[in-house]
Amino acid sequence: MQILEGHGVTKSFGGLAAVSNVDFHIDQGEILGLIGPNGAGKTTLFNLISAALPLKSGEIRLKGKKLNGLKPHKICQLGVARTFQGIKICADMPVFQNVLVGAFFGSPNRVSGADAAKEATQALEFVGLSEMRATPAKDLTLVNQKRVEVARALATKPEVLLLDELMAGLNSAEISESMELVTKIRDKGITIFMVEHVMKAIMGICERIMVLHHGEKIAEGTPQEIASNKTVIEVYLGEETHAGS
Amino acid sequence: MDTTKFTPRKLLVPGVILSILIVLATLPLTGVSPYTFFTMGLTIMYVILAVSWAMFSGPTGYMSLAPAAFVGIGIYVMARLRDVLPLGAIILAAVLCSFIIALLVGLVTLRLKGIYFAIFTFGFVVFLGNFIRYYEFHILGTRGRLIEPVSNETFYYIMLGIAAATLLTAYLIRRSRLGLAMQSIGGNEEAAAHMGVNTTMVKVLTFAISAVFMGAAGATLATRIIYTEPMTAFSVLYSFTPVLMAVFGGMGQIYGPVVGAIIFSYLQHYLSGRFPQYYMLSFGIILILFILYLPGGLAGLIPQLRDRLRGPISKLLKGGKAEQHANT
Repeated sequence: MQILEGHGVTKSFGGLAAVSNVDFHIDQGEILGLIGPNGAGKTTLFNLISAALPLKSGEIRLKGKKLNGLKPHKICQLGVARTFQGIKICADMPVFQNVLVGAFFGSPNRVSGADAAKEATQALEFVGLSEMRATPAKDLTLVNQKRVEVARALATKPEVLLLDELMAGLNSAEISESMELVTKIRDKGITIFMVEHVMKAIMGICERIMVLHHGEKIAEGTPQEIASNKTVIEVYLGEETHAGS
Repeated sequence: MDTTKFTPRKLLVPGVILSILIVLATLPLTGVSPYTFFTMGLTIMYVILAVSWAMFSGPTGYMSLAPAAFVGIGIYVMARLRDVLPLGAIILAAVLCSFIIALLVGLVTLRLKGIYFAIFTFGFVVFLGNFIRYYEFHILGTRGRLIEPVSNETFYYIMLGIAAATLLTAYLIRRSRLGLAMQSIGGNEEAAAHMGVNTTMVKVLTFAISAVFMGAAGATLATRIIYTEPMTAFSVLYSFTPVLMAVFGGMGQIYGPVVGAIIFSYLQHYLSGRFPQYYMLSFGIILILFILYLPGGLAGLIPQLRDRLRGPISKLLKGGKAEQHANT
């Protein structure tokens, strides 16, 4: 079943098309990877889904319901949560309070204080940050700040989770841990759409990969298909080919 | 706001503030002079302005320079209605006017970020003052208004009542999910929106709530100033003074702006009599020193002192224990 789908999704900044006429879909319970060179429009596509930016044309649907024109907080309450490429946390607030925000406001219904606290506690436990609940978020290491973002997103009880470069800047042990975390989230029944540059992670855990280049979708398929796709290889290794010729 | 734990410690500050309010409410039993009632009423007015300013601007980080607009609205509502309605009804009218105008202004301006919001709110004060001056002079053909005064004692008690309501509201908001939402907006507005916080609604609503107390304070102030005209009613000092007081006292705690307002009003009262030329200068210097070296204000000093004292005290205690061990 398709949980999230986009048709003819387009966004331009000035005259530059950042995302142009992209169709995509994510099946319930899968991990879909989104790759592409810098400036390909990956984060813009995420921003369009989460309504950080308004769509210029096209439509995005969640379980058949049109999301066009909704504000970010509505999208979140409908079940699409996200993390950010550059960390966006409340630096001076303790870790627990950061996650509590998601637990309180991420649901379309009013959540009681006790339920929100329980939800936030569980989310922190899930990402392995229970020990640091009282620490101000700014005092955490990069990997732990990223986990706060994940916990906060999970506390909103999403059906779809958008992860924007969760692995960037992490060392290889942390990458393995994060890959495990992503798989664990999927096993909870949450559908995952992830932008990633770390190929080990993308190839290791994604069931399907979509490739953007200059705002256009140039390929889509299983990791094996993508790894052997001529266009993709050209886009990623194009310069080297030129240098060799 | 840790909702999972509730300790008696958390009741300490509200408890102390409540006791002070009770002491202040029973003042006439000790027989103070009308002039003291007046100066204390003014001090309490600044407590109201500083606390209500910090209620919105503290957690959200949106620096509002609008207090003077709502104080002015309060003064003008009182000036227009003093002869028509009973005192309580006029204050209610001032509350309503402030709330509605704050909602409208909030909807238009709260999409502005940082310094732009501050500039707009400042401009709003200047605009409103000039608009009312124009309206009074050209349309109504009046210049300035006389307001029938109330007794200093009545003035004092109304201010005290408004202050109690302001403090209670500030306390409840801090403990509520609305307070958490405001804090998350101050922490990272974009992230807050993506976590489901309706940021526009939260900002506009809390901006309007804080304006209510400023309007009520302004209406009450009008009952003691006897004569008013737009440029003094909408004086920008009603915007800057509460900001200075709240920064001086510290916005991290509810008692910060209270302490800041009390100390500042006393200094203003004391210094303006003795050094009329220099006292504004000294305020400026104090403010700069605080922003540079004590961004948490006076209230921010307390945890620092506690941390600094904790070391020696625990050492003393341990030292005591060690001695006991040595003796046994």
